[in-house]
Amino acid sequence: MNRRNFISSSVLSSITLAIGTTVVYGKVIPVGYTPIAMQEPDPFKLFNISEQMNVLNDRPWNIESKAHLLNDMVTPNKYMFIRNNGIMPEDINVDTWKLKVEGESALSSKEYTLSDLKQKFKHYTYQLTLECGGNGRKEFNPPAKGNQWGVGAVHCSNWTGVRLKDVLDDVGLKPNAVYVAYYAADLHLSRNPEKEPISRGVPLSKALEDETLIAFQLNGEDIPIAHGHPLRLVAGGWPASVSGKWLTRIRIRDVVHDGAKMTGQSYRVPKNPVAPGEIVDDKDMVIIESMPVKSLITSPKTGAVLTKNRSLKIKGHAWAGDLKVNKMEYSIDFGSTWKPCSLSDPINRLAWQHFEAKVDFPENGYYEIWARATDSNGKSQPMIIPGWNPKGYLNNACHRIAIKVEV
Amino acid sequence: MQPDQFNKQLKLLRNGLCLFVIALMSLGGFVVLYTFYPESSLFTVKEANQKQFETSDSLSVPLVNSQEGEYDLETGFIEDVGMSAVVNNCTNCHSARLVTQNRMSREAWKATIKWMQETQNLWDLGEKEPIILDYLAKNYAPESKGRRQNLTIDKWYVLEQ
Ligand code: HEC
Repeated sequence: MNRRNFISSSVLSSITLAIGTTVVYGKVIPVGYTPIAMQEPDPFKLFNISEQMNVLNDRPWNIESKAHLLNDMVTPNKYMFIRNNGIMPEDINVDTWKLKVEGESALSSKEYTLSDLKQKFKHYTYQLTLECGGNGRKEFNPPAKGNQWGVGAVHCSNWTGVRLKDVLDDVGLKPNAVYVAYYAADLHLSRNPEKEPISRGVPLSKALEDETLIAFQLNGEDIPIAHGHPLRLVAGGWPASVSGKWLTRIRIRDVVHDGAKMTGQSYRVPKNPVAPGEIVDDKDMVIIESMPVKSLITSPKTGAVLTKNRSLKIKGHAWAGDLKVNKMEYSIDFGSTWKPCSLSDPINRLAWQHFEAKVDFPENGYYEIWARATDSNGKSQPMIIPGWNPKGYLNNACHRIAIKVEV
Repeated sequence: MQPDQFNKQLKLLRNGLCLFVIALMSLGGFVVLYTFYPESSLFTVKEANQKQFETSDSLSVPLVNSQEGEYDLETGFIEDVGMSAVVNNCTNCHSARLVTQNRMSREAWKATIKWMQETQNLWDLGEKEPIILDYLAKNYAPESKGRRQNLTIDKWYVLEQ
């Protein structure tokens, strides 16, 4: 029996002993609640993250951030969501870690130690938006299965590493190369070493972009364990599952990669639109590539009451997968009218952009501030939940916060 | 309002009240304790306790009602016929939270199980399968959410301006 996250009656009785009195209603402590002192291990300490983060699942670890925690221009580790498909590798030895690059469409097969990679290739740093394909899943109706992410499965941090294309160039590509796949050191949840928890990748064109990195640093430090220490493939703007953590092998393929969670229903959506709840055959699904245009109001936190004056500054970020965000607007009347926000350029391609606006409320009352981004192809975020799909991916509906004006 | 809907509302209200009372009583308990043992390590518990009651806007695992006997303390599963079969077969690889986060029809639960059997090493559930499916379909059935739900604010706060 796994002891990680439950309160046994013996634990309760030891609380009782410690307090010297019965824990009132010990039996009716809310489900999912484990006194922090009793939790082993404590994810906030384990991953050095904020206690405001929301733990969706403790085995495997899946932890999400919140809109107001993502207010920094560059997301710090403590507010980065964590998505794991398997069991994180233990006992990582950076001195013996190797990355193997090979495959049916590779001209040669090579192995690199971490220091080989760092010495042989030029280093680059980019700020890259990584969003879980299932961010926003919890709003789909009928419910879509998987971890029920709210809005916080996105971050935009600084990644430092070498360009994937420089490494591919070193190995050599055959003309028939179409896909670049990753394999990693995590373990399948069933603990069967033969099974891969996840092995995805990118088409050659995405692999050859300047910003696609084999990264060894996050925000200027070694990548933390939860984000792929010591090596992570990072491809901004695409579902974050493409950015393989704990990277051990890169395989240059002559077919679209067919590793774990590339096929079936995982990280795939219906080729043609379907009715909510419809059962979709695997063969009618396509792989998600660039993520859709989206934005978040990160300041103030939802639920603010204004008591001094009827104007408010809002701030946030907007991103659009491989594209740029061209326009950012807000509405306080449920979309009847939209007003412009100021919008910055991205610091580099595939980084999120920052917006700001001063919102004036005409009178006292309850308001919702809705934010809407439009990408460089003219596509905007929908106000309602977009096309239903079996696994609840790509929910890019407008974010909104609630405000009360009581001046 | 449908009678069962009314009952549901009533239950929600009762559970809400119940939580509130617990919150008050435990807070009271801690205040007394704090007076006598201000150094006690239990005050980390107090923080966690409060955290549960003022939940977040991105809350994904719903804070389920916690009436005595209704929920299994160890796993968080709703106590009902078939629960032990679910605990024995569904908490080996991932925690119960991946199950209890989800809401599906019987067919969709069945398809999820089939997917895990075909791709994730889940075993044949044999005669337990219908028991597990009945349990899941009854206790973790989908509820209609519409195209966009109202915002729920757990705690309004005065913004420093
Ligand atoms: C042999 C291991 C194993 C067992 C036992 C197991 N599962 Fe799973 N299950 C998995 C894996 C692996 C995943 C994928 C986890 C992830 O993506 O984070 C998963 C995912 C899920 C999901 C999310 C589905 C999705 O599409 O993301 C649900 C719901 C679920 N399991 C329910 C159950 C139920 C109910 C049982 C008991 C009948 C069960 N599991 C038993 C391995 C298992």
